[in-house]
Amino acid sequence: MMKKLSLKLNFADFFTYVFLTFMAFLSIFPFIWMVIGATNNTTDIAKGKASFGDQFLINVAKFFEQVDVPLIFWNSSKITIISCFFTLGIASMAGYGFEVFRSKPRERLYTIVLLTLMIPFAALMIPLFISIAKVGLINTHAAIILPGLASAFIIFYFRQSTKAFPGELRDAAKVDGLKEWQIFIYIYLPVMKSTYAAAFIIVFMASWNNYLWPLIVLQSNELKTITLVISSLASAYYPDYGVVMVGTIMATLPTLAIFFIMQRQFVQGMLGAVK
Amino acid sequence: MSSQRAEHLGRYKNITGWMFVSPALVLMGIFMIYPILWSLWMSFQTGKGIRTKFGGFDNIVRLANDPIFVKALVNTMTFLAIQVPIMIFLALIMASLLNKSNLWARGWFRTAIFLPCVTSLVAYSILFKSMFAIDGVVNQTLMFIGIVDDPIGWLTDPFWAKTLIIISITWRWTGYNMIFYLSAMQNIDSSIYEAARIDGISAWRRLVSLTIPMMKPVILFTTVTSTIGTLQLFDEVNILTLGGPSDSTLTLSLYIFNLTFKFMPSYGYAATVSYVIVFIVVILAYLQFRVSRDRK
Repeated sequence: MMKKLSLKLNFADFFTYVFLTFMAFLSIFPFIWMVIGATNNTTDIAKGKASFGDQFLINVAKFFEQVDVPLIFWNSSKITIISCFFTLGIASMAGYGFEVFRSKPRERLYTIVLLTLMIPFAALMIPLFISIAKVGLINTHAAIILPGLASAFIIFYFRQSTKAFPGELRDAAKVDGLKEWQIFIYIYLPVMKSTYAAAFIIVFMASWNNYLWPLIVLQSNELKTITLVISSLASAYYPDYGVVMVGTIMATLPTLAIFFIMQRQFVQGMLGAVK
Repeated sequence: MSSQRAEHLGRYKNITGWMFVSPALVLMGIFMIYPILWSLWMSFQTGKGIRTKFGGFDNIVRLANDPIFVKALVNTMTFLAIQVPIMIFLALIMASLLNKSNLWARGWFRTAIFLPCVTSLVAYSILFKSMFAIDGVVNQTLMFIGIVDDPIGWLTDPFWAKTLIIISITWRWTGYNMIFYLSAMQNIDSSIYEAARIDGISAWRRLVSLTIPMMKPVILFTTVTSTIGTLQLFDEVNILTLGGPSDSTLTLSLYIFNLTFKFMPSYGYAATVSYVIVFIVVILAYLQFRVSRDRK
């Protein structure tokens, strides 16, 4: 009896491992494919050659020849860092303000902020484009950064996290004579470090990988981001897939690095919304 | 005296509150509320380019008579109806398998299955485009195993192109949803499972009758986010198929993009199409909340 039971359990376990291994393989395969692809020429990639080749350095050289890599990386980094800095600042202030200083009109406005989470970007795209064109910001990095600064989701995220911010800390700081902005900067900010880290990852990913809006507002090659560059390399009539793979690796490395360095905050950032 | 002081304090708190929230509110007003209202107004305008005039409901009439719009709408709803349930089902299964604390290499499995979330939509679409090429690695593998005799036209056949889009989105987002379920499962008291196991309730029944009902809020949340995400589908389609072949993968967002920036811009009509998405999102979100509340 006992033996039969354990055998049955082992069978179920075996199935679990087979299924999970298969799923894990499917999840990782495109990454392996990307690395293998970077070492092959475009004909071999199109033919599905799934083994390492010797074209890696040639592909890298071609990529650097076709693309001004430092400039493109500078563009992407600049947009991402500025977006992260201001979005985190503005959204954390708002989240803190909505949660700590409650009033009826502000609660109503907060409901509107939450409702905008349902609005798809496509519904904003055209008026945004026209307004940006009117103020002469088409083909500038400011046009990409500005519309993303007040993120409803990040405001929501900070407000939810602020619920765990101890009120006694505020009271103690007030007794010590700190002003409101000092409490925010010297008490709230350090206490909420992990919330900032998780929010940073969300904004970083969204900004680094942003595609549709930069595609609309950027025209000059010297302003383009890495995401735009790899998409235009890949959509050429005869794309050189070896070069495209090198570009894709370079575009993915920063987010991969952040994921592996800050794995805990990364997952926390994704989960933040439901708590 | 003390009430006066309280009032003073209250007003002071109020001003401070406004100071903290106003930068965000001003920016939201400019870059969110104003464009939403403007595009609503725009959707009643007809004409091309900058020469527009008030057209009342002309654009809505045009919607009904526009076969490309109907196609984009049907495609988007097809992606939604097939992809979201498959993905949520897969994510639930994987989360419940990974929830066993004695599972060997659990962390590795979790990281591997989560990894697709790290890629950008553009990067993974490019990878999939090369993998699913006619002589590409996927067709080679399928033919090698003997599942198909001839290569599948993933990018050239309307049915398979749709399938490819569904496979791609599922690859990218299943791990993301799984993380939500896994964390919700870990918050469920394990003694409930112990009791069910002792009572001889099968693993499948435990998942259907215990886990899923307890996780309703998370499932609802992921369904709503996936719905909104799929309704906005753009990046993948624009890179993998450009909406083709013969508009079989054209989505509403791609159609709006084409109406605005590819053809002679027809802002009013494009705004009307964008409001169709808003409308669907609102209705579906409402229905999903209703369904979850009724079953309580």
